[in-house]
Amino acid sequence: MISPHRSHPLWFAFLLHRVSGLALALFLPLHFYVLAMALTSPEALDGFLSWTDMTIVKLAEYGLVFLLAAHFFGGLRLLALEFLPWSPRQKTLAAGAVALAFFVSTTFFLSAV
Amino acid sequence: MAAETDKPEKMMDVSVWRGGPDGGAFESFKAPQQESQTILDVVTYIQQNEDPSLAYRFACRVGMCGSCAMMVNGQPRWTCRTHVQKVLKDNKLVIAPLRNLPVIRDLATDMTVFFDKWTAAEASFTPTKTRHDPMAPINPETPERLAASEAIECINCAVCYAACDAVAGNEDYLGPAALNRAWTLVNDVRDGGHESRMDAVSAAGGCHNCHSMGNCAQFCPNELNPTASIAGLKRATVKAALGLRK
Ligand code: SF4
Ligand code: SF4
Ligand code: FES
Repeated sequence: MISPHRSHPLWFAFLLHRVSGLALALFLPLHFYVLAMALTSPEALDGFLSWTDMTIVKLAEYGLVFLLAAHFFGGLRLLALEFLPWSPRQKTLAAGAVALAFFVSTTFFLSAV
Repeated sequence: MAAETDKPEKMMDVSVWRGGPDGGAFESFKAPQQESQTILDVVTYIQQNEDPSLAYRFACRVGMCGSCAMMVNGQPRWTCRTHVQKVLKDNKLVIAPLRNLPVIRDLATDMTVFFDKWTAAEASFTPTKTRHDPMAPINPETPERLAASEAIECINCAVCYAACDAVAGNEDYLGPAALNRAWTLVNDVRDGGHESRMDAVSAAGGCHNCHSMGNCAQFCPNELNPTASIAGLKRATVKAALGLRK
C-alpha cells in the first residue's frame, strides 16, 4: 500500500522515474552482453534473436521501451525543473512525459509486431 | 454539545498514538462529531473528557504559530485548521505525532532538530546595514522580490518536514522548510550572507538531496512550494560553482 502522504501525482512521477531507472540499470548490462555476442559467438546471437520473435518477449520489449522513454522524458522534465525558471505546471508536464512515453513505446511495439 | 441540537450525538472512532521516545501504541477513543470541528478540537475533547494525561501541543488555534501539526490518517496536517469533515474516513481518525521527528510524549514531538537545521542552512538574515542607516527602499516588483515574496509566509509548522521522504532517508538532510527560508534570503537584496549560505545549502545535507517529488508542496498548509524554492537553490548553487553571479 502506498502511504497516504505519498498519494499525489508528482510522487508517482518520482516512483516511475526511480523504478524505470533501476530497471534500465539492470537491463543495460544484459543488453551489452547480447550485443557483444555478435563478435564473440554469432551462432548464439542468432539463436537468441529467434527467441525474441516470441510474443511474450515482444511484450517485454514494449515494457522496456516504455520504461526507457518514461525515464528519458521524465528526466527532461526534471532537468527543466532544476535548470530553467520554475514552472507551476509540473503535474501537466509529468503527465505529458508519460503520454509521450506511451506514444513512443506503442509506435515501437506496433512496428515490431 | 448535544444540547445545541436535538439529534443524538454521532460518535466517531479516534485512534491516538500514546507513548514516548522509546515507543508506544495506538489507543482507541470515541469522540462526538460536531459541526465545523477541527482535529485539534477532537484531541482537546479527548484530553478534557477521556484522559487528562494526553500530551499534545498548540498555541494560537488560528494557523499562525505552527505548533499543532500532527499526522492525521497518515498525512501531516496543521490540526487547528483541519476540519474533521475533510479528513474523516469510515468514521475513523488516526492521530499520531509528526513523522521524521523524535517524540517527547504522545502527540508532542521534539522540534529541536527541525530548528537546528534552519540555523545550519544559514536561513537567517545577515544585515548589511545598521539601525542608523536609512531604511532600504525595496521595489516589490523585481523578479528577486517576487520570488522571495512567494515563499515567505512560513509558520515553521514542520508539516513539509514530516511529509518529506528525503528527510526520512537521510537524517542530515536540512529539509524543505529550512531550505525554503534560505531561498527567500538568496533573493533578499538587503542580505549579506550569500556566499556562506551557498556553502551551507550545497553541503552534504543540502539542497541536492531533494528528489523533487513535491510531498512538501502537496501538504504545506500555507500553500508554499518548497520544491520550487529548492530548485531555485540548486540553480543558484550551480551558478555559484560556475562563478556566475546569483
Ligand atoms: S520535493 Fe524535496 S524537500 Fe520536498 S518532499 Fe520531496 S525531497 Fe523533500
Ligand atoms: S514551508 Fe509550509 S509546511 Fe513547511 S514549515 Fe513552512 S508553513 Fe509549514
Ligand atoms: S495552534 Fe497555532 S498553528 Fe495550529
